[in-house]
Amino acid sequence: MDSATIPVPTVRAASTQGRRLVRTRLPAALALLPTALVVLVVYIGCMLWTVRLSFTSSTLLPKLDWVGLAQYSRLFVNDRFVTSAENIVIFGVLFISGCLILGFLLAVFIDQNVRAEGIFRTVFLYPYAMSFVVTGVAWQWFLNPGLGLQKVVRDLGFESFTFDWLVNPDMAIYTIVIAGLWHGSGLTMAILLAGLRGVDEDLWKAAKVDGVPTWRVYTSIVLPLLRPMVVTATVLLATGVVKLYDLVVAMTMGGPGIATEVPAKFVMDHLFERNNIALGTAAATIMLITVVAVLAPWVYARYIRAQRRPA
Amino acid sequence: MRLKTRVSAYTLAIALVWTSGASAQQMKAEVLHWWTSAGESAAVKVFADQFTKAGGTWVDNAIAGGANARTAGINRMVGGNPPTMMQFNTGKQFDELVSNDLVRDVEAQAKAGKWREIMPKPIVDATVREGKFYAVPVNIHGQNWLFYNTKVFADAGLEPPKTFPELIASGEKLKAKGIIPIALGGQPNWEHNLFRAALVGHGGADMFRAVYGKRDPKILKDPKFKETVELFGKMRALVDPGSPGRNWNDATALVITNKAAMHFNGDWAKGEFIAAGQTAGKEYGCTLVGEGGGKLVIGGDVFVFPATKDKNALATQDKLIEVLLDPTSQIEFNKKKGSIPVRMDVDVSSMDVCAQKSHAVLSDPANQVEAMELLSPPNFSGAMQDAVTQFWNTPNMSADTFIEKVTAAMRDAG
Repeated sequence: MDSATIPVPTVRAASTQGRRLVRTRLPAALALLPTALVVLVVYIGCMLWTVRLSFTSSTLLPKLDWVGLAQYSRLFVNDRFVTSAENIVIFGVLFISGCLILGFLLAVFIDQNVRAEGIFRTVFLYPYAMSFVVTGVAWQWFLNPGLGLQKVVRDLGFESFTFDWLVNPDMAIYTIVIAGLWHGSGLTMAILLAGLRGVDEDLWKAAKVDGVPTWRVYTSIVLPLLRPMVVTATVLLATGVVKLYDLVVAMTMGGPGIATEVPAKFVMDHLFERNNIALGTAAATIMLITVVAVLAPWVYARYIRAQRRPA
Repeated sequence: MRLKTRVSAYTLAIALVWTSGASAQQMKAEVLHWWTSAGESAAVKVFADQFTKAGGTWVDNAIAGGANARTAGINRMVGGNPPTMMQFNTGKQFDELVSNDLVRDVEAQAKAGKWREIMPKPIVDATVREGKFYAVPVNIHGQNWLFYNTKVFADAGLEPPKTFPELIASGEKLKAKGIIPIALGGQPNWEHNLFRAALVGHGGADMFRAVYGKRDPKILKDPKFKETVELFGKMRALVDPGSPGRNWNDATALVITNKAAMHFNGDWAKGEFIAAGQTAGKEYGCTLVGEGGGKLVIGGDVFVFPATKDKNALATQDKLIEVLLDPTSQIEFNKKKGSIPVRMDVDVSSMDVCAQKSHAVLSDPANQVEAMELLSPPNFSGAMQDAVTQFWNTPNMSADTFIEKVTAAMRDAG
């Protein structure tokens, strides 16, 4: 009998404690549930579904057979996909580094307490307010040899002036980079400017007392302090690189030839125009793997190793 | 008691809404299509008006962009909520809808209307699957017309070319006079369209079918194929440097404004000339280039009817079919659309010179060539397009390298 009575209070205690836990955590759990479901079903689910489809021979409609790596071996002998992959690397490296450098210089420029700072800030940030489609069309007109820059300079009397990058297959991808830089530098500037404004005045005073030249303060003291802002800007710019699609469609349609094709456009065309779901999803899977491969070391360094260090 | 009356009031209200909904559904047709430009929507309005006259309600669901519209429509069919009628291009786009029983056959109407006798064979073949019609063709578009500026040719003292070697010779003369010989929309699909015009004109109808239909790499070894590729390559020099990325209608505008002499396009380009106030046979002409008078590559549009068990919907679909192929709607629709009637038995004398020429050319079955969309799956035409646009935009690429690329396209995407 005794032994039976003893556990009762413990159970009751445990259950009240459990109830309290439920009472405090349940609303939070319920509030998070929809998001969790969306993440699981929509993101992870679709991702798995995409990967699964890349191993099939699906064309217009999904079909769940198994053809192994056949789509991948097709992909890597496909001129267009190889060009797309090269282009995204060129674009990614030049766009991210270019935006960071330009954005930093612009931010430093504005930080010199220039007059009419508000106007400059707005002007530099303005392109970011425009969609990639508008950006693409505007730059397409501007760079078109028969309509834009080249024609204007020639009309001014410089007959031999040539700037035909847009229609030159070897250079066309760099026009996309230029348009991207124009679009993205302002945002980088805004982020870095916010960082610059947060730098302690005393640091500047101390550096001045020590007679350190201004450029040296920027590169050796301010820039390291701005590291979190630089990381934020890089992440934002990197997402822009991965999803690069509308800028290319508006500006060159992937041309001349296949000179400015990018992976996202390859995926879209194969999924929706060419009734080739399998090849499209295979390309999408390669994009996913690439992004994960780039992100994994960073996540490891930032979160996993960082957590381990104190222990 | 009170509860009961309230319940019955609800039921009554619901019932009322239900029946009124049902009666409004009488012959209500939701039509999904991608005819959104000014000329196109004027054309589809002809069908809508005729259907309204016949006592139906036309619910227009226009989605801009063929690929977008098809994706939306297919998703709705797969999801079980299809439109009453949906547009496709004549050809293979709806193959899998047929094999998955998502669209109904219209064989009974086809037999009654003798479609097999009044429509050109390529169009019939492109709509019939396993002996049954699964779609209703509504028009015929010729894709390889050469539009030319009559004034530019007259000023240069030249005749419009009849064959491709002639075209290149007169193109070089025009270029020397400072005229753009060929206005080209430098986007991959228009470059590909130009290639197909050269292939059917110089290589001939059988070679065209062998490349796009049978997709047999043997044909690529034919010296005539290489010759065609080389002719196509020579045309690169006849296009102005501003071509890459240009829209097709901007290319047409170059001919309209006397800046360019020639422009290959489908007959839909007529809409641009008409909008600029020009008349076929006067300011501009249309002709087919190629040996033996030229063949006409034909495609067009069809409507499919998603399968349904609803008797009311079936009756609505039947009525729509009647309206689509009615001779009056055929003539009026095609005048606005720039195409020609799919029925060869209607009188086209009220249409423009180019349409009459189309009709006359097609009266001889030997001149009818199926368009790429009728012969190739989109996957292969896409792979061909990649190869063609690479060749076109890489001036130092040899014909042999191009042939290798086409062989690869046939192997991987055929």
